[in-house]
Amino acid sequence: MNWNDFSAVVPVLMVTLAACTTMIAEAFRKQRDVAAGRWFGVYGIIGLVGAIAASLSQWNQSLVGFGVISVDNFSVFFNITLCAIGILTIILSVGNADRDHLPLGEYYTLMLFSIVGMMLMASTTDLLIIFIALEIMSLGVYVMTALKRSSAEGAEGAFKYFVLGAFSSAFFLYGIALAYAVTGTTRLDEIGLRVASSALDPGILTILAMVLLLVGFAFKVGAVPFHMWTPDAYQGAPTLVTGFMSTGVKVAAMAAFLRVFLSTFEPLRVDWLPIITVMAALTMILGTVVGVAQTNVKRMLAYSSIAHAGYLLIGLAAGGAAGKAAILFYLVAYSVTNLGAFGVIAALSTPDRQHDNIGDFAGMWKERPGLSALLTMFLLSLGGFPLTVGFIGKWFIFSAAMQEGMYSLAILGVLTSVVSVFFYLRIVVMMYMSDETAPEQRPAVSPLTVTGLLIALVGVIYLGILPGGLLSIAADSVASIF
Amino acid sequence: MEALFFWLFAGVAVGASVLVVGQRNPMYSVLLLIVSFAALTGLYVLLNAPFIAVVQIIIYAGAIMVLFLFVVMLLNVSKEDATADGQRPLRIGPGPRRFGAVLAVVLAVELIWALRQIASAPFVSPGGEGVQTSVKAIGLVLFRDYAFAFEATSVLILVAMVGAVILARKDPHAKDQ
Repeated sequence: MNWNDFSAVVPVLMVTLAACTTMIAEAFRKQRDVAAGRWFGVYGIIGLVGAIAASLSQWNQSLVGFGVISVDNFSVFFNITLCAIGILTIILSVGNADRDHLPLGEYYTLMLFSIVGMMLMASTTDLLIIFIALEIMSLGVYVMTALKRSSAEGAEGAFKYFVLGAFSSAFFLYGIALAYAVTGTTRLDEIGLRVASSALDPGILTILAMVLLLVGFAFKVGAVPFHMWTPDAYQGAPTLVTGFMSTGVKVAAMAAFLRVFLSTFEPLRVDWLPIITVMAALTMILGTVVGVAQTNVKRMLAYSSIAHAGYLLIGLAAGGAAGKAAILFYLVAYSVTNLGAFGVIAALSTPDRQHDNIGDFAGMWKERPGLSALLTMFLLSLGGFPLTVGFIGKWFIFSAAMQEGMYSLAILGVLTSVVSVFFYLRIVVMMYMSDETAPEQRPAVSPLTVTGLLIALVGVIYLGILPGGLLSIAADSVASIF
Repeated sequence: MEALFFWLFAGVAVGASVLVVGQRNPMYSVLLLIVSFAALTGLYVLLNAPFIAVVQIIIYAGAIMVLFLFVVMLLNVSKEDATADGQRPLRIGPGPRRFGAVLAVVLAVELIWALRQIASAPFVSPGGEGVQTSVKAIGLVLFRDYAFAFEATSVLILVAMVGAVILARKDPHAKDQ
């Protein structure tokens, strides 16, 4: 153990420190002292900004910490993305969390600890640490789902998420155990060497280990047929928590997914490609078709996030430099858009109503023209309209699939995108073209929330018009490890 | 001497396990399971695996059995006890019992198969010969090779603790809504 070990994990340590600070500060806070609770967000932002700065200084350096944490451009990219998701969530939360009577200290503590787990998951090269990080992330998110104690839906969603999540963790752990049984190590690079040396005849145990790990990742990414928890958990959770988990968890799980499948199990591509292809197709179709039938906006966005997991899997199936970079770009695009969309819904909810029925949006533009316009932009981006980042992300993914000759997947992706526009536009139509007005009063929106939403909007439009910078960074990131 | 202890522990383990299945009162079953685990601990000591022996006591006989006891108590034993007048407990229908029997047979077949495999090809651990099983050796590996995993686990437990506290606590806003 020396200084290099520690300098490799500085970003993670900073977020951990911020989480611990928040936890201890909560212990000393008087119960009704809401002003002190607002500071928790500031601690979190300080830690996350520090972590981003530390990560930036790690760009193009390849450090290894404690033998299990690899600081390559890939993990730096994901660490910065995850911290940015955290910052945006906190900015959007500050005005909303105390209005919704969420326990402030625990809200920020668990969020920051989840980010610690996500960052570890994205940067480790050892299956054991991936598992521990996965659990840190998941436990935090399970509890955050149930954080609104008076909500029965929240309890239901959290319970389903927890039980199914524990089930998928067992699969994942069994996969790790089998990989260890075959190769005698949990380190990804050594497993990769063993797998490569026996790629022609991998043996039933290796295949089984790979499939079990695939199940674990597919669950966290929310891919069919392991998506069952998604609608209930997304609907039941406090809206900003939904935004956080639909982006952060997916980004972190995808990072580990890419690292394990595109480097360690790359020699077995012939074995996993059919599975991933079928999974991608089913995920896109189910997410889109079932999404059309929803009347609850949060549930609809849950199915939309399932469909987006399908597009990400296309990138994974395509592989190749273009496909890998496209996945990274798509994750950023999806995160900024989705956080914005959930941010708008959260801004409109009151302690007893989540403002998530499609009827709640009726005639909204008359009362709230600004928020309506913002939500329209985010929804158009999710649907993949030109001039938004969602369009560019899909363009990169589908063109990567075409380059690899996967025409049917690409065409299916385009078709499902077109169908999905229908349900995004339903909300827009409701806001602008409905004569009715929702009976409830809509609450005031704090300036901080508006700031957060504007940041997301700038991201959506800037990256939608000038995607080149981010794409070349994404290409550099994947070039460092694959 | 060692053989004597082996037969003693093995006898207690098997006997207690059989009794676990035979009890009507689930509380006795749980307590007998602890006896069975304690006897297994003795077997681990005889196998020169003191660390696993201690872990067996702390985790299985300690933590997990406490959890079992809580679950049994939460499921309300007294009703179960009341039907113990010669009848079988109501809760276990023929379906679950058949399922259990099938699982037991599968496990037995699997065990026999595994033991035959070991008999034909003696087990070689990945570490080669002089594998250390002492607490000291395991501690060195844990804090040297797996130090990071160990620290990460402490974060995991912290998160679990915060989560358990917040979910079990009384909701301070429950009244004013």
